[in-house]
Amino acid sequence: MKVNLRNNKDFFAGLLLLAIGAGGFYMALGYPFGTAVRMGPGYFPRVLACILMAFGLFVLIRGILTSEKTTGKWGWKPLAFITVSLVAFGFVMERFGLIPALVVMFFVAALGGHEFKFIEVLILTVFMSAFAVGVFVYGLGLPYPLLQGF
Amino acid sequence: MDIFDNLILGFTVALSLKNLMYCFIGVFVGTAIGVLPGIGPLVTIAMLLPITFNLPPIPALIMLAGVYYGSQYGGSTTSILVNLPGETASVVTCLDGYQMARQGRAGPALAIAAIASFFAGCVGTLLIAVAGPPIAEIAFKFGAAEYFSMMLMALIAASCLAHGDTVKSLAMVFLGLLLGIIGTDVNSGMARYSFGIAELTDGIGFTVIAVGLFAISEIVKNLESGGEEVHEVFTDIKHVYPTVDDLRLSTGPIIRGTAVGSFFGTLPGTGPAISSFASYMIEKKVAKDPSRFGKGAIEGVAGPEAANNAAAQTSFIPTLTLGIPGSATMALMLGALTIQGIAPGPQVMTQRPDLFWGLIASMWIGNAMLVILNLPLVGMWVKLLKIPYRWLFPSILMFCAVGNYSINNSSMDLYLVALFGVLGYVLMKLECEPAPLILAYVLGPLMEENLRRALLISRGDPTVFFTRPISLAFMIVAVIILITMILPAVRKKKEQAYEEGGGEAPPRRTDA
Repeated sequence: MKVNLRNNKDFFAGLLLLAIGAGGFYMALGYPFGTAVRMGPGYFPRVLACILMAFGLFVLIRGILTSEKTTGKWGWKPLAFITVSLVAFGFVMERFGLIPALVVMFFVAALGGHEFKFIEVLILTVFMSAFAVGVFVYGLGLPYPLLQGF
Repeated sequence: MDIFDNLILGFTVALSLKNLMYCFIGVFVGTAIGVLPGIGPLVTIAMLLPITFNLPPIPALIMLAGVYYGSQYGGSTTSILVNLPGETASVVTCLDGYQMARQGRAGPALAIAAIASFFAGCVGTLLIAVAGPPIAEIAFKFGAAEYFSMMLMALIAASCLAHGDTVKSLAMVFLGLLLGIIGTDVNSGMARYSFGIAELTDGIGFTVIAVGLFAISEIVKNLESGGEEVHEVFTDIKHVYPTVDDLRLSTGPIIRGTAVGSFFGTLPGTGPAISSFASYMIEKKVAKDPSRFGKGAIEGVAGPEAANNAAAQTSFIPTLTLGIPGSATMALMLGALTIQGIAPGPQVMTQRPDLFWGLIASMWIGNAMLVILNLPLVGMWVKLLKIPYRWLFPSILMFCAVGNYSINNSSMDLYLVALFGVLGYVLMKLECEPAPLILAYVLGPLMEENLRRALLISRGDPTVFFTRPISLAFMIVAVIILITMILPAVRKKKEQAYEEGGGEAPPRRTDA
């Protein structure tokens, strides 16, 4: 039997669960455990983390035994752009207001799409920003500055 | 009569001009977004939820309920016309619905879906009105042990009957419970898993998790393939009205579907998805000529559509009366209730009768609106399908971002959305179902509280969960579900049921 770990979905799922469980357990060691009658804040998390690790181990071993692959390509590029666009929105929103945040978000997100046409993205940005300002700021009355800090 | 008085109270609330308007907005927006391929009710609600936080509780819930069944209905429209289900529940509708569309019978398919949904919706609404109060009555007798056992049963049912691998779904439950711990411990005041970040001491907002796990990961998944896909859309809808023969063939399936859906909807932990699959299997079994299924049999549209709408409606029963959501989508509704400052549980009905009965009445009104709205407007919804995805996804992202920012006015929430987006995408690729996770996340803090309280009262004696009769009953059901799902024969049957749906139709957008 040849063990193949590349794109092995159960192996990596198990690894992920095991890692989260171990991290959760380690951090919960700092919280008082208590007794079953008077449970401390560390009781529930530690029990859960142990169960999660057990599941992780089971899935990981099953992955090694069955070697089933993930389907389809991994979309690292769109994942990176979408993630950055969300972070950028939050970052810019706090400092410069809603409109700059939306402009940054639309352009960064669009770069992660299948095709990027500057004029099209510009029109979309202008249109949707106007919509957002109309609905969120004027319609729902959310207290956001449109533009600030310049 | 009590129910009668209550319903009148409900309709007075729901028929006020303001609430009628919010109901309409909810249904309209829900349908519009639900029609878009790859966006099911869950994502739609997760996206629009933050926006309703600025409304008073009653209009907010009425609008959200409207969004819920609006998007559910919109999903069946896409299933029939483009063969692209928005979520698992409408996968079955694709099978025969799309075939009917290919045979030039898209109109009757849509009409039957609307009629079946409306009928099931009416029965569902009535069922909530009748069964709600007695269930709440029983729930008042529940102690901590009963609540804990019931939630345990709901989580086990949700993960065992979910689409996909049972072991990984169960693991997702524990991951969700662990995430639910983040924040300040109510008993000791200790901040747990806060990583020293002040915002985390209040816990992570569940919209943050829901949007990240479902909406963001879905967008990335749709973008991972090389180019934009072109779908064949049947825009040529001439004859909307079904023939007498269609109606005659559909009557039985609609009634059976409604019954199946009502059963699974009421059971905590199960919902529309399993209902529509079960209904399809039943219809295929009772049909005189099962070979017609998959080739455009109208029963294959009528039954499942009735079933998933009945389940969508009746899943409000455990959510509103027990405070236990039946599905991930209901977990979101429950979260909305909590954020509005209403503690979910049996007391909602007695303390806020206007809210409870108003919501129920508005569900019926919303269902009626759907029928009126959808059949004539089908042409307009179809046009929405032609919007290229490269315009759509940044706009969806905008709703997610502005919505989540608006809850706490904090950019930390957006960084967390991004983080959960990555986690959601990785989990999706590794075929770990995120739905049980979000359900567990919502139930986690409640479970811990009730577990602690139950053991405190019993002086640390864990047998308390098995000596109290109601608690024991929940535990037995949970064990039965668990055992049957582990038995290879039953597991095969479940996979078969899902396969009948997933085998021929592309389960999600990018698989096409």
